[in-house]
Amino acid sequence: MNTTEVLRFAVRGLTANKMRSALTTLGILIGVAAVILLVAVGEGSSQQIQRNIQRLGSNTLTVSPSTSGGGGRGGGGGLFGGGGGGVADARQRNPGPRTQAKDLTVQDAEALADPRNAPSVKSVSPIVTAQGLTAAFEGAGHSIGQFVGTYPSYFEASNKPVAKGTYFFNDDVLASRKVVVIGKTVAGDLFGTVDPVGRQINVSGVPFTVVGVLREAGSSGFQDADDVAIAPLPAVQQSLTGFGPLGQILVQARSADVVDAAQSEVTGVLDQRHGITGTASADFRILNQATLQETVSAATGTFTVLLGAVAAISLLVGGIGITNIMLVTVTERTREIGIRKAIGAPKGAILGQFLAEATMLSLVGGLLGVAIAVIGAQFTIAGVKPVIVPTSIALALGVSVAIGLFFGSYPANRAARLRPIDALRFE
Amino acid sequence: MTPRSAPVLDIRDVTKVYGGGEATVHALRGVSLTVERGDYVAIMGASGSGKSTLMNIIGCLDVPSTGRYLLDGTDVGRLDDVRLAIVRNRKVGFVFQSFNLIPRMSALANVELPLAYGGVKAAERRSRALAALDRVGLADRVRHQPNELSGGQQQRVAVARALVTAPTLLLADEPTGALDSRASQDVMHIFDRLSARGRTIVVITHEEDVAAHAKRIIRLMDGRVIEDVRRSPVGGLPPRLAEVAT
Ligand SMILES: Nc1ncnc2c1ncn2[C@@H]1O[C@H](COP(=O)(O)OP(=O)(O)OP(=O)(O)O)[C@@H](O)[C@H]1O
Ligand SMILES: [Mg+2]
Repeated sequence: MNTTEVLRFAVRGLTANKMRSALTTLGILIGVAAVILLVAVGEGSSQQIQRNIQRLGSNTLTVSPSTSGGGGRGGGGGLFGGGGGGVADARQRNPGPRTQAKDLTVQDAEALADPRNAPSVKSVSPIVTAQGLTAAFEGAGHSIGQFVGTYPSYFEASNKPVAKGTYFFNDDVLASRKVVVIGKTVAGDLFGTVDPVGRQINVSGVPFTVVGVLREAGSSGFQDADDVAIAPLPAVQQSLTGFGPLGQILVQARSADVVDAAQSEVTGVLDQRHGITGTASADFRILNQATLQETVSAATGTFTVLLGAVAAISLLVGGIGITNIMLVTVTERTREIGIRKAIGAPKGAILGQFLAEATMLSLVGGLLGVAIAVIGAQFTIAGVKPVIVPTSIALALGVSVAIGLFFGSYPANRAARLRPIDALRFE
Repeated sequence: MTPRSAPVLDIRDVTKVYGGGEATVHALRGVSLTVERGDYVAIMGASGSGKSTLMNIIGCLDVPSTGRYLLDGTDVGRLDDVRLAIVRNRKVGFVFQSFNLIPRMSALANVELPLAYGGVKAAERRSRALAALDRVGLADRVRHQPNELSGGQQQRVAVARALVTAPTLLLADEPTGALDSRASQDVMHIFDRLSARGRTIVVITHEEDVAAHAKRIIRLMDGRVIEDVRRSPVGGLPPRLAEVAT
């Protein structure tokens, strides 16, 4: 009695009752597919969020005014804020309850840029944003998602390389030149196939010359990161937003190692300039991209585990289905077991046959489940492109086979232990 | 190993008690019996006299409550599960009243089954199973499943399955009980020929006709042997074949 023989008996046993075998397999299939797919959705959304955070730039701190007082210095706040630092809008800021709250100013930014005050800081970009401005070019119109006024360092700090043309330079800032670098979406809407570099667009009636087009950043879920235009700060203030407070200050640290040092330096400088001492709560807050990333990874990790756990329960239910079916099978075939034992089937052969049947059910279900999950992962589910985690496949398959062995072993053992005469007499 | 002279069956004071308390049934109340190699024994008796109980113990399907049972010189009571399975496979061929073929398996597969459990290789298994089916006259029905065969044919498949391992002992519990007289004749004729070739056979039956084929008739009553008659010598031909011969 060798293994192939046992397997052949098992196959024969399963095909004798195709419908039942198929339904049991379906239980495991759904369980395995759910585990893999849900973990993939979790992983996909986690990666998507990470990508959004990376758009904030590398080794950067985003300083924004705080109206809510207290506690807001570390990470947190505006998690899903998407594109280049548009967490708050200068024009829409509510003055908070704090009487002496000070706005962020270009002078604040200049103080931060002083290497004596903040040696860990590499660059500082003051930012004002205007939303919903209409740009026009030869009859084509487009409402720009974000119109950013800033310094040239912004491009590097916020990971926004140009694909075509150039950035603007310090000269342009000093001279308040009305030049602009536009995102892919804006370029597409206004210019179509025409090369935008060197052309003039009208933004709310103010002419700006396009000097460059940003490389495509892709959608970030809630916001189109390519629906932006970036121009020199004074030009924007002069013609569009007025010389009010800054929306944000984007600070880039010299390296990943000194991001935390830079954060305390920035805090120190701003505390001093805004006259915040002792127990008074700050009127600004700093978003640390690295801290944020850690927090979010932990959160999305938990989310993925949760999804996996829910799916694991359905796998367990599938396993119980296998036990149930195997118990029915054993009961139904008790006489057959008796006959087999009467003609000399050893205990091991009976045990092997039923275990093999249970394992085959779960293995076939598991493999089909993997196939379904892999196919399902090609589609976007709930706005998320699932990313299959290979270990989840191995785990789900392993667990489904283990379930077959584990849940099959009880009925199989019961079958194998029967005395032949009891099995034969069974009605 | 086993001395040549040891009887195939040596049952010593075997009892079997079913249940307990009020419902206790003494199915066997002390049966002693020896059967020599080549003998052909019919066991008769009223319904409930313990025939099947005795047969199941002989076939190692059940264990006696007390007493010893030696099969081919081996004390079966001392064997573990694994050895018992080997004894059932190699030494005993069992034919049941209700055929007990495995459904949805062809006649050939059914007959091959004991060989598969005995570890015989596929090619040899096939040729031996085909030979056994040929011997019971079913060479043209090997691909049929049990539900495509008549009762008599099914019983002949069962006989082929019992014979295919060339067991020391062929046991049959009312093998003709579910068959008409014609089919019974066929089966009993096969038994006669097997006996003539020296196979040891024990048959349970209600019918005098069937018992008349045996060399020795044992009668049971209330779990005891009440009569043990030899009708022809152990070494000779079974009575029916002897009649034909003379
Ligand atoms: N599993 C069992 N549990 C309890 N009592 C049993 C069991 N099997 C048999 N008996 C009892 O043992 C006695 C002998 O039964 P057995 O089956 O050996 O009779 P039998 O001679 O084969 O009868 P029949 O000719 O009707 O087949 C009967 O009284 C029966 O009721
Ligand atoms: Mg009986």
